[in-house]
Amino acid sequence: MSLTKRLFLGLTSVVVGSSITACGGSNQATGCPDCDDQVTVGILHSLSGTMAISESTLVDTEKMAIEEINAAGGVEVNGKKYEIKYIVEDGASDWPTFAEKSKKLIDQDKVPVVFGGWTSASRKAMLPVYESKDAFLYYPIQYEAQECSNNIFYTGATPNQQSEPATEFMFKRSPAAGKPFFLVGSDYVFPRTSNTITKEQVKSLGGTVVGEDYLPLGNTEVAPIISKIKKALPNGGVIINTLNGDQNVAFFKQIQDVGITPKNGYYVMSYSIAEEEISTIGPEFLEGHYGAWNYMMSINTPASKKFARNFKKRWGNDRVVADPQESAYNMVYLWKAAVEKAGSFDDNVVREALVGVKFDAPQGPVQVMPNHHLSQTVRIGEITANGQFKILESTDGPVLPQAWNQFEPSSKGYACDWTDSRKGEKYRL
Amino acid sequence: MQLILESLFNGVAIGSVLLIAALGLAIVFGLMGVINLAHGELMMLGAYSTYVTQLIFKLPALKPFYNAYVIVAIAVAFVVSGIVGILLERSIIRRLYGDPLETLLATWGVSLILQQFVRSVPLAYGTGLVVALLIGMLLPIGLPKKLYEKFSGRIIRLACWAISALLGVLTSNSLSTAISKLGRASARNVDVTAPSWMRGGFDLWNITFPITRLVIIVITLIAVLGVTWFLKKSVWGIRIRAVTQNRSMSDCLGISTETVDVLTFGIGSGLAGVAGVAVSLLGSVGPNVGGSYIVGCFMVVVLGGVGNLLGTIIASFAIGIMTDLIGAGRLLTIWPDMPTPLASAVDFFATTSMARVMVFALIVIFLQFRPAGLFPQKGRMVEV
Amino acid sequence: MKNLPKSSRWFLLLIWITIIAAIIAAPALLPVFRLNLLGRYLSLAIVALGVDLIWGYAGLLSLGQGIFFTLGGYCAAMYLQLNSSSDLPNGIPEFFALYGVKELPFFWEPFKSPIFTLIAIWLIPALVAGTLGFLVFRNRIKGVYFSILTQAALLVFFNFFNGQQKLINGTNGLKTDVTQLFGQMVGSDSMQRWFFWLTAIIVVIAWFFARWVVRDRFGNVLIGIRDDEPRVRFTGYNPTLFKTIVFGIAGGLAGISGALYTVQSGIVSPQFMTVPFSIEMVIWVAVGGRGTLLGAILGAVAINYAKSLVSEALPASWMFIQGGLFILVVTALPEGVLGWLQSDRPRNLLTRLGVSRPVSTYPSLEAESKQEVKK
Repeated sequence: MSLTKRLFLGLTSVVVGSSITACGGSNQATGCPDCDDQVTVGILHSLSGTMAISESTLVDTEKMAIEEINAAGGVEVNGKKYEIKYIVEDGASDWPTFAEKSKKLIDQDKVPVVFGGWTSASRKAMLPVYESKDAFLYYPIQYEAQECSNNIFYTGATPNQQSEPATEFMFKRSPAAGKPFFLVGSDYVFPRTSNTITKEQVKSLGGTVVGEDYLPLGNTEVAPIISKIKKALPNGGVIINTLNGDQNVAFFKQIQDVGITPKNGYYVMSYSIAEEEISTIGPEFLEGHYGAWNYMMSINTPASKKFARNFKKRWGNDRVVADPQESAYNMVYLWKAAVEKAGSFDDNVVREALVGVKFDAPQGPVQVMPNHHLSQTVRIGEITANGQFKILESTDGPVLPQAWNQFEPSSKGYACDWTDSRKGEKYRL
Repeated sequence: MQLILESLFNGVAIGSVLLIAALGLAIVFGLMGVINLAHGELMMLGAYSTYVTQLIFKLPALKPFYNAYVIVAIAVAFVVSGIVGILLERSIIRRLYGDPLETLLATWGVSLILQQFVRSVPLAYGTGLVVALLIGMLLPIGLPKKLYEKFSGRIIRLACWAISALLGVLTSNSLSTAISKLGRASARNVDVTAPSWMRGGFDLWNITFPITRLVIIVITLIAVLGVTWFLKKSVWGIRIRAVTQNRSMSDCLGISTETVDVLTFGIGSGLAGVAGVAVSLLGSVGPNVGGSYIVGCFMVVVLGGVGNLLGTIIASFAIGIMTDLIGAGRLLTIWPDMPTPLASAVDFFATTSMARVMVFALIVIFLQFRPAGLFPQKGRMVEV
Repeated sequence: MKNLPKSSRWFLLLIWITIIAAIIAAPALLPVFRLNLLGRYLSLAIVALGVDLIWGYAGLLSLGQGIFFTLGGYCAAMYLQLNSSSDLPNGIPEFFALYGVKELPFFWEPFKSPIFTLIAIWLIPALVAGTLGFLVFRNRIKGVYFSILTQAALLVFFNFFNGQQKLINGTNGLKTDVTQLFGQMVGSDSMQRWFFWLTAIIVVIAWFFARWVVRDRFGNVLIGIRDDEPRVRFTGYNPTLFKTIVFGIAGGLAGISGALYTVQSGIVSPQFMTVPFSIEMVIWVAVGGRGTLLGAILGAVAINYAKSLVSEALPASWMFIQGGLFILVVTALPEGVLGWLQSDRPRNLLTRLGVSRPVSTYPSLEAESKQEVKK
């Protein structure tokens, strides 16, 4: 037996060893040969646990952006060129761990900036750390807003840059226009808050929300929710979907089986399904449903194509790019621009310099607004059989971000402005 | 009537997933007294086996048979999870018989390792490893007796493992070149697509019956019947029960208790693999897929009464029907003019999250009255 | 511990001196971040002490200690939230506005009082644990059934806390870093230093307390229950009572631990009630040495420290290491590191290396008496 065991171990080590070389074999960054100095930034996403699926794509994109910047000569501060180095920490899909690793990056590694987070819960856990230590976090995901921290810079969409135009589209111009709404989400803060806003908006548009339900994270038994939808929407209608990652797969597979399909008058608008998720779920389950984003891979501009091409070149030809990755990509470049504008890595100077910075992003021009959010273009797309969005609508130009929602009564009439010391986090318009 | 029927179907659909998932656990727990927390991960291996089988059937040579891949996948999943289960039993669990708490901790460790394994090792290599294990285990049995007379057992075993290792490496290499997706490690969830005949549903009495759910119910039914037949009628089933009842006496009577252990654990694990196929048809396949089922499975076993198949069956359907009744808020539809306080309470629990809370709470309350579940064990096994 | 041979006592004393020296030296040697981590891991040692009491002594393997841990954390966080929200609109914590809640839910009210909070931190978890324990033990549910039920209870609590946005902020949990205590920010470096000292002192007190609990008859009854419950019952003791009390004590310890952990990590959330975290608590005790108390403290601190170091260097490998630890400790090292050191085996190792064993009596007699003690 001992012999067989040894053999088995040997075999395992061969397998594991070869897999490691397989991973490391891809082309490596060239670095920045003519840089004078180095600056180390922090990257903090989940590399293990349930969220690793989504967040690892952000790490890939951020690495790519940093490599691009280095290859182009690094960050130039006061005539000195700095090569960007990074420390990647694992948030482990666990909110308190995000807070712990943030402390480590700030106190131990003394990084000038942290790029990180995905779920709202992880951001909420990190926020007090950055506020109490007066450090700076760049957060790349579209989120529910109702928050405006002086220590966070948000490059994802606010509800008025994603869910509000989408709801309006569904109610006024989609094939299910005027039909009732049903809201489905995972049981955590983004779906719950986002749906609160949607309910208020639907009410003000004159429509009805006939039901909502939330699936506990990690649970994939969607049968009760489907029964509820069938009962609440007997003749078709709009389903607003904010389910998380893998729960979408169970949801879309099973609604198709019971006939909740575009053919029968049911249209799902999803806020968390981008190209990456489409390829996992399978386009055959999603065809004819909708999504709303700032960036879609099918945008037909040179900048967008270049972004997609570079990403495929760096990480593999079967990879796709999506909105969260584009946001992550933008934020690295925006930080670089702000540092160069400020002429310093110091948090407080960079923070002031950041507002007003413009960048020609893959989605089109974006600009940092005084409320630490980005002005962005909004697009609504229909999912096609080849796993891409067919862009149906697109705003004329960038839409200004609203940190405080104007449909939700508790925040109506408020705004955020960090450039004016009398206004700050939340002031009455 | 239609309402009751629909509710019943949904309950049975949810319950049959629970049942197929809990079946293997009930066998291993009931017959061997082993708490296998890695059961969920064995399900996960079954689900990944389905995925790999599906990809292999997409290759040009097998494309014409694509529609039948699910049936092949069931066999593959059974074998894969069974092999890993046997390995687990031989290496770890064997040392821990008679101490369920220790098995609980050790198998939890195994489950962590298996989860991380599928995250950081490419599926092609995993497949190769399983192939190597399978051949390495079967080859010494299949060899002609003459060889054993000529060479010493040690050399033969060495040769067998060398051959199987070679074949394993070959398998993994050819797989990773044929299907590039399998050649890279990924923490990403993957998706199993049901063949076209399994998608959609058919309408009867104004209710849509999803075909996937029906297929799962059929798989569960076959598994339950198969297990019952095996344990009640087959020779090895009778031996397994004999060993459970009195180990030393069975040993004296010439039953190889070690083989019985391996067989029981292997079958329990294999059933987890079959459950993995069912689960993969419903949702996505990822490293965490087993974790979401394991606690529910244990509740089924505890509620049903340990070591009682009928109890397990009734418990899973009871939990399934309750989940649907509470979670979908059907109680209000069935009894519309409920008094207001009760109605608001029902409404409070009519979300998926709270339904879970309610179902578990009900089980705990039920156990207050029947501490040993629906069908308690009787006789001398009670104190074990 | 009375029965330990003399050399073992010296050995324990040595460990204690090292621990105390390490704690005193830590603030001077470690940067704030590491000190904060150490403080958190020390607070986890308190919940581990509770696990050791119920598992190591009474043989009850609870997989639901996370419930009591989190309850303690929520008690502390609710007080801190209220303490720093008096100048906010409505005088209620900020997050309520997100869900349109205008009035403080009733159960928040008593947490305005610091004295009530200090009591609630251990009393509420202890009561919840006692009640749960009583319901289970009354029916003579034990062994693995107990473990499975505690795990199910954990899931019930997790889903409840996770789903109740309007009452306790759901998944997000409650933050404490930016709250005020004694006019200072809880997340500030100086406050965190104080929390470190507080934790260190409480760990020592908790150890003395736990030792006092298991020292005399009570402890012997617990061990009796672990080894042969029916016999204890036939002797005239009521095992249900003893088990309920010790489970309640462990719950109270978990609550204190959770509160200290929360103020040092800056957040309490339903994530503390996930299944893996509660099982991890068991492994700390198992690695340190079950039934040794000191082992629980050492195990909790050492494993967590190792975890944070390993996950910084190689994020993916921690799961392998942790899984391996579970298997190792069950199959090869059932008495844990401390138990192993106290047993004969290190000496056996020396003997094998050629160092002879000091003999006080005839070897055969000594071996016999050793076995007696073990039984």
